[in-house]
Amino acid sequence: MSISLTVNGRKRIVETDADKPLLWVLREDLDMPGTKFGCGAGLCGACTVHLDGDAVRSCQTPIADAAGKAITTIEGVGLNDIGKRVQEAWVALDVPQCDYCQAGQIMSATALLKQNPKPTPEDIDGWMSGNICRCATYMRIRAAIRTAAGLPAEESVA
Amino acid sequence: MTDAISLSRRSFIATSLAGGAVLTLDASVVLAATTTTAPSDVLNAFVRINADNSVTIGAKNPEIGQGVKVMLPMLIAEEMDLAWEQVRIEQTDADETRYGPQVAGGSTATPRNWLPMRQVGAAARAMLVAAAAKKWSVDPSSLSTAKGAVIHAASGKSATYASLAKAAAAEAAPDLAKVPLKDEKTFTIIGKSKPGVDVPKIVTGQPLFGIDTRLPGMVHAAVVKCPAHGGTVASIDDAAVKAIPGVLAVTAVNSGFVPEGKSDTVVIIADSWWKASKAREKLGVKWDDATVTGFTTAKYEADAAKLVTAAPQASLLKTGDADGTLAKAAKVIKADYDYPFLAHASLEPQNCTALFKDGKLEIWAPSQAPAGGRAETAKLCGLSPDDLTIHLTRMGGGFGRRLMNDYMVIAGQAAKALPGKPVKVLYDRTDDFRHDFYRPAGWHRFTAGLDASGALVALKDHFVTFGKDGKPIRAAQMAPTEFPAPVVPNVDLGISYMATNLATGWLRAPTSNAMSFVWQSFMDEVAEAAGLDLPEFMRRTLGAPREIPGERVGFHTARARGVIDAVCKSAGWKGREKGRGFGFYFSHLGYFAEIVDLSMKNGAVSIDKVWVAGDIGAHVINPINAMNQAQGCVIDGIGQALIGQKIVQEAGAITAENFGDFALMRIDAAPRAIAVEFVKTDFPPTGLGEPALPPVIPALANAIYSLTGKRHRRLPLEMV
Repeated sequence: MSISLTVNGRKRIVETDADKPLLWVLREDLDMPGTKFGCGAGLCGACTVHLDGDAVRSCQTPIADAAGKAITTIEGVGLNDIGKRVQEAWVALDVPQCDYCQAGQIMSATALLKQNPKPTPEDIDGWMSGNICRCATYMRIRAAIRTAAGLPAEESVA
Repeated sequence: MTDAISLSRRSFIATSLAGGAVLTLDASVVLAATTTTAPSDVLNAFVRINADNSVTIGAKNPEIGQGVKVMLPMLIAEEMDLAWEQVRIEQTDADETRYGPQVAGGSTATPRNWLPMRQVGAAARAMLVAAAAKKWSVDPSSLSTAKGAVIHAASGKSATYASLAKAAAAEAAPDLAKVPLKDEKTFTIIGKSKPGVDVPKIVTGQPLFGIDTRLPGMVHAAVVKCPAHGGTVASIDDAAVKAIPGVLAVTAVNSGFVPEGKSDTVVIIADSWWKASKAREKLGVKWDDATVTGFTTAKYEADAAKLVTAAPQASLLKTGDADGTLAKAAKVIKADYDYPFLAHASLEPQNCTALFKDGKLEIWAPSQAPAGGRAETAKLCGLSPDDLTIHLTRMGGGFGRRLMNDYMVIAGQAAKALPGKPVKVLYDRTDDFRHDFYRPAGWHRFTAGLDASGALVALKDHFVTFGKDGKPIRAAQMAPTEFPAPVVPNVDLGISYMATNLATGWLRAPTSNAMSFVWQSFMDEVAEAAGLDLPEFMRRTLGAPREIPGERVGFHTARARGVIDAVCKSAGWKGREKGRGFGFYFSHLGYFAEIVDLSMKNGAVSIDKVWVAGDIGAHVINPINAMNQAQGCVIDGIGQALIGQKIVQEAGAITAENFGDFALMRIDAAPRAIAVEFVKTDFPPTGLGEPALPPVIPALANAIYSLTGKRHRRLPLEMV
């Protein structure tokens, strides 16, 4: 079926199956590989995107559910002021190791700071616990979120 | 256009490396003088000087998140006297005849390349200096270099590398073994933090990984594998699959795990991976697996329990008279330990893209060991290794999983089924969990004897592991040099083997990730019996500063002592205290001592802080990455112990389907703080992808014991 989408502010029309997850439409039909496939079951967070500003797992979002909504992906998150600050903090603190989960981490972190501009350490851990980093760069993910939020650094996160 | 002059293969040298290995290095240094913008997609060797005086450096090793893509070019840039801002980094293709070894494994990149990569940089610098000397008719010794320029102080002349590149490329490449290297005290790049080269790309979603490979006309493949490892295809009913519009081919292939001529994997190729993946539901496969469905976790546990009480099948080490000494020991300590199979669970599922065209195979591979993949893929595709071109992609984690090349072998055969079309093979998460190469389980029965003074005088271990034909299978070994065996006068280490159908493999800090737990936990028990804490027991057992010979590398007791003392000082260790635990381990040439501080909150362990002291030699090449690696190792190790990681087998197959069945560490379980310090010693620098992991596991178990009084002798720790 033909589905009309708004991705990072651009109108896109795709010809695809209604049950195909948004993740695979982004990766295969729209040639946007920034959103990552990790588990296909909503368990790892690598595929996180925003749907009307809310963080969702795109591997669990049938494309029909995304029609008519504003989709923001890692490719476009920097158009938003909070997203840009998160990206900059990620670069400044050299957060990633393998990098693979980090697009999802950034999308989740951006959604967090939109709802909660000055999160506590518990807020950060609670919100981000849906995103697995297999390399376990968690000390720097915490620090980068605090940096993006303008909060002082915690102890010994070098 | 590019005016590239190849000086390839002018000289080959044999370089003796730390650890005694000998490597033949291709010493080729290509200096390309460019008149316009150089194409940035292909490198012919390590160094290319661009017209704007930027310098493109080839990063030869596969990048799995260990930071090697920055670290190796740092070594070249240092000796070339570049300003880091000039450096552009490009991943090279896989070609060991040109670049030397290209492996991401064993934390070997630093010790193997510390001298060779610096020599490559120094050779390039020498050629630029020689060119400038000729140009100005001065003696090369009167010239210096800095920030990508050659300087003649006496006349005030200077010339950029770009202006000299063409002339330099015509100079003879110097003998790498003799090219002078910088005084280590004058380093300006080594030891200074350099952030990851791909980070700006990842935060903006640009393609980087194997899974992101996109080629014109590319098609997609999903796999169906025999659930029981080692089973093979008996028959396929693919009529319903082939009837699906967009499905292009169904083909049975050999993943490299079953004998040649057999198949253990069915590949469905379609115009989208989503479609190929869904089509699997309609595929009928009968498997020939009767000989492998009897293997289960329950059977291993029952068999191990019997074996461990019997006499060992073979001896690993026998010194003195362990039984006789134990019979008259003042104290005897006995304990059984074990640990399970583990999966790697790299977050990027296994994948590979291949194009078969005109009898040649072009491959885009997220492989930690592409040379092995080349040989295996060529063999199973009926090609010569030279028919394969392998491009290396960044990897979404490796942890040893991608040392195996099943995905490359499968992609090669899938591509051969559809000549002219690039085929991307992608496992889903369940394929990835169920068809891993697992860290093998193991069982240990320890006995230790103390004399009246509390000294360890006798030591026995019966190690029950997996083997075939009287030898351990991959990653199922134990070194007879596990500390403290080499320094105890009466030792008896025995080994017994069980069979398994599972493919086993190297998981980050292989063997060490398990041996650290059993040995350092048991030593904590022995120390307690001796009335000591573990750090003090270790100091006494290590004894005088000396090098103890090992299987491949020696073990310096003074370096061990150095990190033990450092971590105890930083953490304010005051002997046995509730909620604190200590662990030490030496692996991959790195010495690490760690202390875990924890508390119980609502019946669950909460890790408050971990202290790490490591000795990886005289230099920490890239401190910002070193810190991240050490902290990641610590959290990875805690995950293996604390959150239930265990691979379970039923009817020959793995039960884990997704992250709900095999937990990975999440941010809310990570320690609040991890303090890392490096103890610098006068040894060549060594690697950091692994050695910080092993000691945290016993440190954690020992900390729980100190808090609760319950001694955990099994992984994963069963927290009640």
